[in-house]
Amino acid sequence: MSVQLEPRPPRLTVGPAPRRRTPSHNLTRTSGIGLGLTMAWFSLLVLIPLAAVVATAAAGGPDGFWRAVTNEQTAAAIRITVLAALSVTLVNVVMGTMIAWVLVRDRFPGKALLEMVIDIPFALPTIVAGLVLLSLYGNDSPLGLQLANTGWSVYLAFLFVTLPFVVRMVQPVLEELDQEVEEAAASLGASRLTTFRRIVLPALAPAIAAGAALSFARAVGEYGSLVLLSGNLPFESEVTSVRILSAIENDNRATAAAIATLLLVISLLVIVVLDVVQRRVARRG
Amino acid sequence: MAERTRPAPGPTTYVLRVLVITYLVLLVIWPVSLVVTNTFANGDEALRSILEDPDLVDALRLTAVAAVVATAINTVFGVTVSLLLVRTVFPGKRILSALLDLPLSVSPIVVGLALVLVYGGRNGWFGPTLEGAGLQVIFSTPGIIMATAFVSLPLVIREVVPVLQELGDEQEQAARSLGASGRQTFWRITLPSIKWAVVYGVVLTMARSLGEFGAVKVVSGNVLGETRTATLAVEEKYLNFDQEGAYAIAFLLASVSVLAIVVVSLLRSREAHR
Repeated sequence: MSVQLEPRPPRLTVGPAPRRRTPSHNLTRTSGIGLGLTMAWFSLLVLIPLAAVVATAAAGGPDGFWRAVTNEQTAAAIRITVLAALSVTLVNVVMGTMIAWVLVRDRFPGKALLEMVIDIPFALPTIVAGLVLLSLYGNDSPLGLQLANTGWSVYLAFLFVTLPFVVRMVQPVLEELDQEVEEAAASLGASRLTTFRRIVLPALAPAIAAGAALSFARAVGEYGSLVLLSGNLPFESEVTSVRILSAIENDNRATAAAIATLLLVISLLVIVVLDVVQRRVARRG
Repeated sequence: MAERTRPAPGPTTYVLRVLVITYLVLLVIWPVSLVVTNTFANGDEALRSILEDPDLVDALRLTAVAAVVATAINTVFGVTVSLLLVRTVFPGKRILSALLDLPLSVSPIVVGLALVLVYGGRNGWFGPTLEGAGLQVIFSTPGIIMATAFVSLPLVIREVVPVLQELGDEQEQAARSLGASGRQTFWRITLPSIKWAVVYGVVLTMARSLGEFGAVKVVSGNVLGETRTATLAVEEKYLNFDQEGAYAIAFLLASVSVLAIVVVSLLRSREAHR
């Protein structure tokens, strides 16, 4: 999400489920033209360029692809990125759920401000996000914590840019959740932990999963917030997208496309996960 | 919900509250406030020197142009696609609806690479042909606009689709049965009811567009005064040890984004109160 500015709860399945024996389309002339024009633009802007990435990677053959992604420095960058993205996603699953919980169930002065703070990482340009983190964790850190130019900077940047995903997915579900069920469980003698584990958590699980998928996808592709913060040290803080960029700058398109294809596969997997989760939620109604 | 009598907050509540606040202070609130204080360390001198530097004014102008054009494109595209997704049936709709989210999870660097591979002037798929026709895309403004439009593509759709679904199409059918043309129905009935969703979408798209960095970096070539955007200028200033300048541009960009958040949340709460 990146962006992915403001994540919404999973989009409901679009349109009615296709009834049997309905015509395959109900387009009028105007909507047909609209569909044609928008699809043409979507193809020119998104589909054809992404296909070009895969085609360029495929042109090198399986050997070329394998050589590109197993190059020592690239493999290290992929390892660093995936490891950091997984860890940060785990942190987000825990912290994000906790933040959502506090925002929905707790009440204290200044809560409205926290609500806005959650959206800041989305709205801030990524390069500014890097600069922001440098001011507290850079060379003249007021905390004495110098994380810039170390492996930890990758974790820090990922934590910042992915902060809102789980929170914003879980929050609306938690708001809708009927507290009476929890009260009933408590009055029957269930401890707070048991109530949370058996009643609340199962209801939140799809939203947490969707938020985790988005947060992982965002972290794996992150670039802007790391440029100034991580120092891009090979084998330590250099991430996958930086490797792609240096391949582009060296005019080594085949390599760039091969690594990019790997990232695209991850993005596609995330989309599939989201689609499956949304469908499950929609079916349960 | 506010009327419910709540059990007195237990120790867990306080522990969670303190934990969450500490986390957010360390990760977001403190660093963001440091950027503000760093910008104004020497009064408003840093900001003024930014606005007096013609190269930076060019960069800000390019960022504004790219963001406005990309937002306009995505608004028209987004409203049309949302109407098609919700109001019509056609084969491949489900795949399309999933693919429309793709731009949100693709790395900005991959977005840039994808556009260069197709529209690159030297050996892109369409680039040489377009350049023969006098249209340079990559290393030029159209490329920057395309990169910006790519990364913010689904934001309007994500706002409008749920509202359209909830709305139903009874009013539209009524208007049509009373003899309104398709165009009249859209302008008089549909658009007014999705107005706020479109506004949210536009604000979010604009904020995202102003801040795009990675994709723009790949397609722009960073030609001073021509293809340098504000975010690229932040990086350059910082790397040239002009931290004050970097902080000043960052502050400008950050205040626009924060303003966007405030506008959206105000509009939202006003909407919720009605």
